[in-house]
Amino acid sequence: MFISKLSRVGVWMVKELCRGKSRTLTSAGYTHRPSSHYLQTLSEAKVSRGAIFQKHRLFSSVNSGPSEEGSEPEEEISVTFVDKDGDEKLIKVPVGMSMLEAAHENDIELEGACEASLACSTCHVIVMDMEYYNKLEDPTDEENDMLDLAFGLTETSRLGCQVIAKPELDGVQLAIPSATRNFAVDGYVPKPH
Amino acid sequence: MVIYRASSWLSRAFSTVSSHPLRVCIVGSGPAGFYTAEKMLKAHQEAQVDIVDRLPTPFGLVRSGVAPDHPETKVVVNQFSRVAQHERCSFFGNVFLGSSISLCELRKLYDVVVLAYGAESDRVLGIPGEDLAGIYSAREFVWWYNGHPDCVGLNPDLKSTDTAVILGQGNVALDVARILLRPTAELATTDIASHALAALKESNIRKVYLVGRRGPVQAACTTKELRELLGIRDLYVHIQKEDLHKTPVDEEELKNNRIQRRIYELLSKAVTTGPSHPSPGQRELHFVFFRKPDRFLQSHERISHVAGVRLEKTSLHGVEPGKQIAVGTKQFEDLGCGMALKSIGYKSKPVDGLPFDNQQGIVPNIKGRVLSDTSTDSQLVEEGLYVCGWLKRGPSGIIGTNLYCAEETVASISEDVEQGLLKSTSRLPKPGREGLLQLLDDRNVRVLPFTAWEKIDSEERRRGSINNKPREKLATWEELLKVAGE
Repeated sequence: MFISKLSRVGVWMVKELCRGKSRTLTSAGYTHRPSSHYLQTLSEAKVSRGAIFQKHRLFSSVNSGPSEEGSEPEEEISVTFVDKDGDEKLIKVPVGMSMLEAAHENDIELEGACEASLACSTCHVIVMDMEYYNKLEDPTDEENDMLDLAFGLTETSRLGCQVIAKPELDGVQLAIPSATRNFAVDGYVPKPH
Repeated sequence: MVIYRASSWLSRAFSTVSSHPLRVCIVGSGPAGFYTAEKMLKAHQEAQVDIVDRLPTPFGLVRSGVAPDHPETKVVVNQFSRVAQHERCSFFGNVFLGSSISLCELRKLYDVVVLAYGAESDRVLGIPGEDLAGIYSAREFVWWYNGHPDCVGLNPDLKSTDTAVILGQGNVALDVARILLRPTAELATTDIASHALAALKESNIRKVYLVGRRGPVQAACTTKELRELLGIRDLYVHIQKEDLHKTPVDEEELKNNRIQRRIYELLSKAVTTGPSHPSPGQRELHFVFFRKPDRFLQSHERISHVAGVRLEKTSLHGVEPGKQIAVGTKQFEDLGCGMALKSIGYKSKPVDGLPFDNQQGIVPNIKGRVLSDTSTDSQLVEEGLYVCGWLKRGPSGIIGTNLYCAEETVASISEDVEQGLLKSTSRLPKPGREGLLQLLDDRNVRVLPFTAWEKIDSEERRRGSINNKPREKLATWEELLKVAGE
């Protein structure tokens, strides 16, 4: 867990450096401290889906690294994100990874305020095709509670952190809602909740 | 003690930003402020963003509003901290708009001023007895248990009574009810303020009433909060069965509103699955629908202290779904209590030189652009002045609501920048950060940068770790200022 944390900080720092931003080690260490503490309290006191999921996420991010020796090649699916400006981006997502994490690994602007702990609705995505939506497992009460509050909720809305890549989802299109743009879902007209 | 000199900022500013940056100042460092900062930094590579806050601590209601038993909701501060540490962004705490610096001065210093200082006051009921002792606003109570330095001395009396009445049924009301009813052993491992935990441990309150003017179909809370409250361990929940009766208009409302539908289902389930009577000593939660407060009743034994609330029965009028209003029926009943909490809404406060709609408690604006005058139909805007968050749209919504609110305000700013309204080349460049720090230095205002907050943060975590808490909040101005300067 600690190592995975460190590796994430490392990856994050490399990413930031590549973008030409200068950050000090201390600031990176600082920003990641609250999240590790949070994980600890959650897993100890209140094991929620979110916490389990996040552990899994951290674990998988270590094993799925391209430099990992001896790991089998992972199955990937194609996912298209339609961003706030309406631009499409096709990415490959390893099976088992959440759409929130996949978006972040590919520099797609999808918010994740609560870092996949099911306490916000900022990673709200709209499944652009009813057929794909029906391939997903039904949202839990907890996810529905958050979707209640999602901006621009539609009949095919889900939280990106709860949609996990699986082979049947190959080719799925996900739209990121925006305050300044309207769009239609195939076969569905978005309506106010 | 760290004294912040303008000179250190001068050198930093010149080394990192182009010679004529867009100078942006955001007042308030809650979700609205930080989301605005994040979006401004992304949208404008030439923007230099300064966030000022009157407290030494950033994050606004994430720190002082979000309940201590909702740690997952506070995770967003990780993101906000990254924004604060952005090379083109600075945080200046302990800077009070109105006393440290005026709005007029701020606007002279910056190309863009975004006010996102939220709502730090309360709506009032305007009924007799509102000033009696034992009556608090929910905001004050929340600030008290969350260790806000302005409410550390609230010291609510939780020992002399076993009954608390909460007026309102929104999320804040539910938070307050949960804190009063939840076993303190469960709160002890949260970041609840230590003075509040101590008081709650000795609390004698075991009955809490949540009073709403309308019915279960119109309840203003969210499903997550309600589910959590109903799920408190060993709690007896009481709802009048007949209150669940739906009119045709109610049915129509439910059909069109997913969240109301799910809330109604949760409340119905609570009625059908719970026991019909509390077991001895069990804590009780009573939902009281279709009642509005008429007056507070004064105690005979304790001078000027509340002894109850007189409630008037209401019925709903109006045929349009979503627009039914509660009207009094002239039938009254008294509900005894030794403590009352008003949870009927926060209210923003104006500052000098700011157009303000006293009726609605917001700043008149179009998509975040502040309107000069609301008395006429002319939509003259205040140049370079914007609003975001509760000050812009009133005190409702969740943290994420501010994401879209900020998106809209920043889109307005971007349009105005593109049209050359904000940084005209014919004018002298605005002094921005250096000018602000110089002025504050001249006035001996002790500006606390983000590094000062980091000191407070690590000290709070250190103290918390001793008591198995995520943090032990420093809850007085003295302590905050002391640790910030160490």
